[in-house]
Amino acid sequence: MIKSSPLPTGVTVPVRDEERKVSNGGVQEGLVSIGLNAWYGRLLAIRNINIHFEPKHVTAIIGPSGCGKSTLIRCFNRLHETVPGARVSGQVLLDGKDIYSPGTDPVQLRRRIGMVFQRPNPFPTMSIFDNVATGIKLNGGMKGSRLAEIVERSLRHAALWDEVKDKLRNTGTDLSGGQQQRLCIARALAVEPEVLLMDEPCSALDPIATMKIEDLIRSLRETYMIVIVTHNMQQAARVSDFTGFMLAAEDRAGELIEFGPTPQMFTNPKDKRTEDYITGRFG
Amino acid sequence: MRGDAVFPAVTFLAALAIIALMLLIVYQMTIVALPSLERFGAGFLTGTTWDAVTEEFGALPAIFGTIVTSLLALLIAVPLSIGAAIFLTELAPSPVGNVVSFLVELLAAIPSVVYGIWGLFVLVPLVRDPLQRVLGDYLGFLPLFQGPRFGVGVLSAGIILAIMILPLVTATTRDIIRMVPSTQKEAMLALGATKWETIWRAVLPYGRSGIVGAIILGLGRALGETMAVTMVIGNAFKISPSLFAPGQTMASQIASEFAEATSDLYISALIEIGLVLLGISLLVNIMARLLVWRATRGVGGRLKT
Amino acid sequence: MSTYATRKATNWIMLGLCGLCAITATVALIAILSYTIAKGAPAINLQFLTSLPQPVGETGGGISNAILGTLLLVGLACVIGIPVGLLAGIYLSEFGGHRFGSVVRFTADVLFGVPSIVIGMFVYALVVIRMGSFSALSGGIALAFIMMPIIARTAEESLRLVPTTIREAGLALGIPLWRTILSIVLPGALTGVVTGIMLGMARVAGETAPLLFTAFGNRLGFQGLDNPVAALPLQIYRYAISPYSDWQSQAWGAALVLIALVLITSVVVRILTRKRR
Ligand SMILES: Nc1ncnc2c1ncn2[C@@H]1O[C@H](COP(=O)(O)OP(=O)(O)OP(=O)(O)O)[C@@H](O)[C@H]1O
Ligand SMILES: [Mg+2]
Repeated sequence: MIKSSPLPTGVTVPVRDEERKVSNGGVQEGLVSIGLNAWYGRLLAIRNINIHFEPKHVTAIIGPSGCGKSTLIRCFNRLHETVPGARVSGQVLLDGKDIYSPGTDPVQLRRRIGMVFQRPNPFPTMSIFDNVATGIKLNGGMKGSRLAEIVERSLRHAALWDEVKDKLRNTGTDLSGGQQQRLCIARALAVEPEVLLMDEPCSALDPIATMKIEDLIRSLRETYMIVIVTHNMQQAARVSDFTGFMLAAEDRAGELIEFGPTPQMFTNPKDKRTEDYITGRFG
Repeated sequence: MRGDAVFPAVTFLAALAIIALMLLIVYQMTIVALPSLERFGAGFLTGTTWDAVTEEFGALPAIFGTIVTSLLALLIAVPLSIGAAIFLTELAPSPVGNVVSFLVELLAAIPSVVYGIWGLFVLVPLVRDPLQRVLGDYLGFLPLFQGPRFGVGVLSAGIILAIMILPLVTATTRDIIRMVPSTQKEAMLALGATKWETIWRAVLPYGRSGIVGAIILGLGRALGETMAVTMVIGNAFKISPSLFAPGQTMASQIASEFAEATSDLYISALIEIGLVLLGISLLVNIMARLLVWRATRGVGGRLKT
Repeated sequence: MSTYATRKATNWIMLGLCGLCAITATVALIAILSYTIAKGAPAINLQFLTSLPQPVGETGGGISNAILGTLLLVGLACVIGIPVGLLAGIYLSEFGGHRFGSVVRFTADVLFGVPSIVIGMFVYALVVIRMGSFSALSGGIALAFIMMPIIARTAEESLRLVPTTIREAGLALGIPLWRTILSIVLPGALTGVVTGIMLGMARVAGETAPLLFTAFGNRLGFQGLDNPVAALPLQIYRYAISPYSDWQSQAWGAALVLIALVLITSVVVRILTRKRR
């Protein structure tokens, strides 16, 4: 399933045979990490992660608590380094360009890679409209009706428009938890990112709200590259095309144990540890 | 067990004493201010004459001076404090932040009279020249910056007050900013905001009611600050539109005249000024504490000395 | 792209300004400290610290009356303020979890914000008018009122840090609650409580306004609790606004002594609290 790719670094990168695209003159599309390590102070949180996310696919990251799932995806929008004392080594390529190269500005990178967090975190002092518009407003210049158009489109995309279209001026914290999370998704979509990172987006929600978000993820798959961290294996099975399984080693450093198409991961895992985890025999 | 009955009661009495003290302050001051209260009524607050010979007393100039110096102090101190608090929480690597925090706390510990002597001998000459010279020469068309340039006056008082409330506002704002959840910052960062945009659009709005509380707390301190102001304000009882003019605050008027007050009515009038000052500062402090308490629930209400 | 360049520039400018604000605050402190040291140090010698002021018009003399007066006033404030403040603090942490507790807590915070000159006038009305003269006692009382809320609130906070299990352990041994609190819980919170007391002392040692019409000041040494007494801040104030250059330089000397007293206390407090964490 995993084989080496002809990258100049000579590092082993996992690529899926049937999905492998070599367009753009040999540049690999999507998001690729090569030998990625991340530390909190002296604690190595993830070790030597090599993974590949494809455009227009949903990839789920599963694994027990504390194995470094959040840390991993926070390396992809360079949010990890904003934690005091945190550090990263290795490469992350977005469409062939290393996002950790000195020439890359993390601020601009984050516009291309949106993020949805574990707990809904709308800005409490802003209206629903402003919550969605805030990312666009950062760059300035966007005028009234054009802005309203984008806000509406983002809210529709996040399947929230019908519920909030009459109260766009209310504050975002007036909404229910599930609505707040969709608001956060709309906020992330409004800046038109290429990638959407979602860190356990449903863990604070009830089953109905969860279903709505899952439907949403499936529909967003048409446009975006989505990476979703989840504790819930049924959820991973329902929404994702590919799944990665992570586990912490003895020294607490998280490692990518296995990666593959979701159906295969859940029916016929290669690694004994994956099988144990998926069948609930773990720990 | 007798101790177990007595001991809580004793501590309760001590707690009660604090409330009793607060009430007693209001009561006792009112009693002594009564002659003045009866004689001048509400006219005391709007009267502009202060004459010990004819026993004609009105507090408006002192109230005006208090408000002007306090607002001037806020105007200078608030941006500085918020900037410093942002530096301490969001920018400084933690050893630097600790050292600067420590220095700012020391600034808060310096006694008011030392600010006063420093203000009188160092600040006032600097205010006279270059500050008043430059302001007068370039902005002299504004009534604010007209008149003789003594150095002592409302401007100097405002500046020294600003330095004095800076540590309080900085430390309180720092604590408020620390309470802003990191998920708020990360949400803004993840949208592609710069560090400043994150602070300006996510951190400060989130903490705004607490920060307003911190500012009002500073205002409360500035309103009642006595010695340093008394030493640099020039103690002149008049209302002037110019910041260069000498003036008077409620506190400075009490400090500079109380010892010389001979007649009972004079003393009573000064105590009534004290009562007005007490009323204003109670109002301001209650407002500020409520805001800060709410914003830092849990860590709440920690006294900044 | 030019908007992004502007945004980046704004970012650096504003962050730079924040740094500048912090530098300004620090510079203010250094300016005040260094100037006080530069002007005060030449005035200080053994004779300055140990002798009484000369009669008005003669040069020389010292501030021993003021130093002793300040120590006396702070001592008096402690005698009155510590028991009440501490007991109120114990009430707040051990018995005051309910509504009345919050009222006391809130009142203490508001009391702390009452301008010290108002406290001075209050004690004038309460004590000085009744006694018929300015006195050391009234000065001590005024300072005690300022100290009380500080001690109460810091004592409360440090007592709260003592784990409940320690209280339960004491009670389980059959020790009565009041003994448990006084001999087990209180010692456990000692550093915090002492810190609060020292903070309070440092604060009131530098207070001038409440002494203006209570302790009043005195150019002689101690003459009994019912007589006016000198204090460092009062003497600094009177000397600083006097027209005599000799007195002015003595004011700087006294200011340096006062600042040293207060800042050393604050630094010790800081070290104590750092160890606790
Ligand atoms: N801010 C931090 N500072 C220090 N260590 C951290 C920090 N955040 C996480 N860690 C540590 O890094 C490791 C990985 O944490 P991470 O949050 O990535 O795990 P996770 O797989 O997302 O867990 P969960 O499923 O509970 O969210 C853990 O050992 C954790 O203790
Ligand atoms: Mg996580």
